[in-house]
Amino acid sequence: MKDVETARLIETARIKRFCDDLLERSSADETEVLLNETDSALTRFANNGIHQNVAERNLGVRVRVVKDGRTGVASVNQMNEAALADVLERALTIAALQPPSEPVPMARPSPHRPVNAWSDSTAAASPEERADFVQAVCRKAAGAGLKAFGAVSTQAGQIAIANSFGVFRHHRATQAVASSVVMGEAGSGYADRAAIDVSELRGDDLAEEVIDKARRNQNAAPIEPGTYEVVLEEYAVGEMLEFMSYLGFSALAVQEQRSFMRLGEKLTAENVTIWDDGLDPTGMPAPFDFEGVPKQRVDLITRGVATGVVYDQATAHKEGRPSTGHGLPAPNPDGPFALNMFMAPGRVPRSELTSGIKRGIWITRFWYVRVVHPKASIITGMTRDGTFLIEDGRITRPIKDMRFTQSMLEALSGAEAIADSTKLQASGEAFGVTRVPALRVRAFTFSS
Amino acid sequence: MKDLAEAALNAAQVKGAAYADVRVSHRVQQNLVVKNGELAAVQDDANEGFGVRVLVDGAWGFAGSARLEQAEVPEVVERAVRIARASARVHAEPVDLGDPVRSTGSYRTPLVRDPFQVPLSEKVELLLRADRAMGAVKGITVREGQMEFIRDRKLFASTEGALTEQELVESGAAIDATATTQDDVQNRSYPNSFGRQQGQAGFEYVEAMQLERHAGRIAEEAVALLSAPQCPSGTMTVILDASQVGLQIHESCGHPTELDRVFGMEAAYAGTSFMTTDKLQRLRYGSEHVSIIADALSPAGLGTFAWDDEGVPAQRTHLIKEGLFVGYLTSRETARRIGQASNGTMRADGWNRIPLIRMTNVNLEPGQTPLEQMVAEVKDGVYMETNRSWSIDDKRLNFQFGTQLAYEIKDGKRGRMLKNATYAGITPEFWNSCDAVGPQSEWKLWGLVNCGKGQPPQLAHVAHGAAPARFRNVRVGIMK
Repeated sequence: MKDVETARLIETARIKRFCDDLLERSSADETEVLLNETDSALTRFANNGIHQNVAERNLGVRVRVVKDGRTGVASVNQMNEAALADVLERALTIAALQPPSEPVPMARPSPHRPVNAWSDSTAAASPEERADFVQAVCRKAAGAGLKAFGAVSTQAGQIAIANSFGVFRHHRATQAVASSVVMGEAGSGYADRAAIDVSELRGDDLAEEVIDKARRNQNAAPIEPGTYEVVLEEYAVGEMLEFMSYLGFSALAVQEQRSFMRLGEKLTAENVTIWDDGLDPTGMPAPFDFEGVPKQRVDLITRGVATGVVYDQATAHKEGRPSTGHGLPAPNPDGPFALNMFMAPGRVPRSELTSGIKRGIWITRFWYVRVVHPKASIITGMTRDGTFLIEDGRITRPIKDMRFTQSMLEALSGAEAIADSTKLQASGEAFGVTRVPALRVRAFTFSS
Repeated sequence: MKDLAEAALNAAQVKGAAYADVRVSHRVQQNLVVKNGELAAVQDDANEGFGVRVLVDGAWGFAGSARLEQAEVPEVVERAVRIARASARVHAEPVDLGDPVRSTGSYRTPLVRDPFQVPLSEKVELLLRADRAMGAVKGITVREGQMEFIRDRKLFASTEGALTEQELVESGAAIDATATTQDDVQNRSYPNSFGRQQGQAGFEYVEAMQLERHAGRIAEEAVALLSAPQCPSGTMTVILDASQVGLQIHESCGHPTELDRVFGMEAAYAGTSFMTTDKLQRLRYGSEHVSIIADALSPAGLGTFAWDDEGVPAQRTHLIKEGLFVGYLTSRETARRIGQASNGTMRADGWNRIPLIRMTNVNLEPGQTPLEQMVAEVKDGVYMETNRSWSIDDKRLNFQFGTQLAYEIKDGKRGRMLKNATYAGITPEFWNSCDAVGPQSEWKLWGLVNCGKGQPPQLAHVAHGAAPARFRNVRVGIMK
């Protein structure tokens, strides 16, 4: 019998035929089809046992048509004759009912650099393998008198985009992500891992970090709110970058005057450099965006200076420049998005980030971060799963989680030391992945 | 749909499932966005598939597929069963669902105008009229209006004999005006922010909002906020408008009374709850003015249905009764663990997700004090309206909310407009400081379309009935 757990993705040739057929049959002036297929599974655990365990095969076919300057978009999650006719008709119907306006230009054929983001092991990952991973974490946690919670997921997918200008692009990718919170009677720890290849994720390794953190974070005592020097672990830095991307790194945010980015101006400390690079193999690379435009590296903040923002076809067209390959699926009034962000590592060994701090706070990660003031880049949130007091250069004891309200640019203006290593993260609350170092920040404000 | 469901249930039993259910769904959704005088986006999505949930060796397995065809059934069932067996290898305790659920029947959302029969041009024109009204106000830099319509046809069947069919229809809309300067961004939304106001109803629900009538006002308010003084910091009386009370209920009562959170089933992601089982019938959650009911029967609510996604009939359950914590939102599995039967709150975000405990319509019962009287009784305080930001810790205790608009209250009168207002607190302290809730005439059901939970992530559409409410000794304005 066929192994039902090997990802069963549709053959590229069939996808190409489907796209060609759809483009051929469209009566629109311009037509684009975006196809996205996923075969994914996720095993969830709580209280040292698996309590939810799911898998799905799904497909999305999104069609954009432009006729007489009118645009229509429709989608369906089937790939058969009836679906093709239905989705095309609905897109054309919507277009016909619209007032004419300048359409968002479709991508034109151009070379793109293929990138490898595929792993056979991830595509073939079985529920038994995921259960073994979970068991490794739960056994260690139970052995330490603790309880483990978390999830491990594996996914194989493909994306194809074709349009009536002759573009046909196709990419297959896999992703494996594991995360865990381990709790004791009076505190918790957190760790996560992400990779293209599931065999790079080790339950023992994840367990070691999260259990160590949970053990050290028991019986936390409160300290006075106020402004402290802090060390942010990669989990917190990654989330901060995702919020910076959401608020400021998009050309649309700049065009609508709601971004904190003032190009050419110094916004952070000189040791801060942030960029987006969808082609970097140390991230989760993808060769093109959801509009079929090849991805380009964009330097966002370079040595503290705002140097660029990301563009999609609409925002690029408005400024008469090419897209940087950061478009989301049409129709997208929310603008482009930096989905593959990197922050440059510094020169300080991670273990030495606390040195020189007289009285400060170590933050493992943030929780429930929300925007307070977009233009001032102010966010609020809680610390979670491992907040520690630093005294005379050493972590001395766990402290109660606190609420922070802080400008991200002000925090990065006080980036005093940056770790010499980076970590890949794909399990944040926002889109995309980040590869970032841990860092030390001079002033971070806690309100309660 | 029924044939496929029957085939899946048979296959699951043959493969050794002690219990199985199948959900088949077909969802269509239309979204419109008008931005700065132009139709920025219209999309029309259709999504269908089926999901099979099985209990084997006391453990859960689930698999779903978009391929809605008989030939796909054996493979999906096989996958679900194999997953359940893998779960059983690392399972703490066998799942006990309690008594069987054998609901049968069908239900449709009552509506006047089917939103999918309303011409697109009528919808666009309604948004464009509101857009023009906002555009007439000098100083507005971004104007946006949006609508969403959903029709979800779903079938639920189980090996216990349940078979239900439901057709749920939603209609929603909102407008938003943004004003900016070099250093500031202020915006105002109507009827609500972060998504839109939405309900289970037809197009009449959107028409009743009268977007155009409110467009000029919110645009003027957004511009005025740019030059408004900063909300002061301090401990004072706060009056919240009904929509903000709705969000306060959502974050600080709805989520912590989800029994799966209490048992740690969401600990690694959405978090846990301070409302542990030892506090049931003991915790003085709020003042005597605070009674909160989970009501899956509220007309036009986003949390309204006839049966949940385990086939359990819709119910009304007190969570808080005159301040006392008296109930949870439960599922079959979790209710059993506290010796109860499910109160019917399990919902899945489509065929490809398992049902989770979700809020239904979690409503604060109306009180007796009109807003005008609440204001008149305040010497020194702030009135806050429409959510701008929200954040709360993983146990749902320590929160901070910000609103788009605020007014100072001095000597019983509404005074200056204030910007960047925030308030913070600890959940039971805050609700115990509630000394007035608005009357039925000021009570409204607020639809919330962005409630996230679960891994893989699921979005639920829920609702909160609320009236304006007053809270004493609240920490206000911590922003620099």
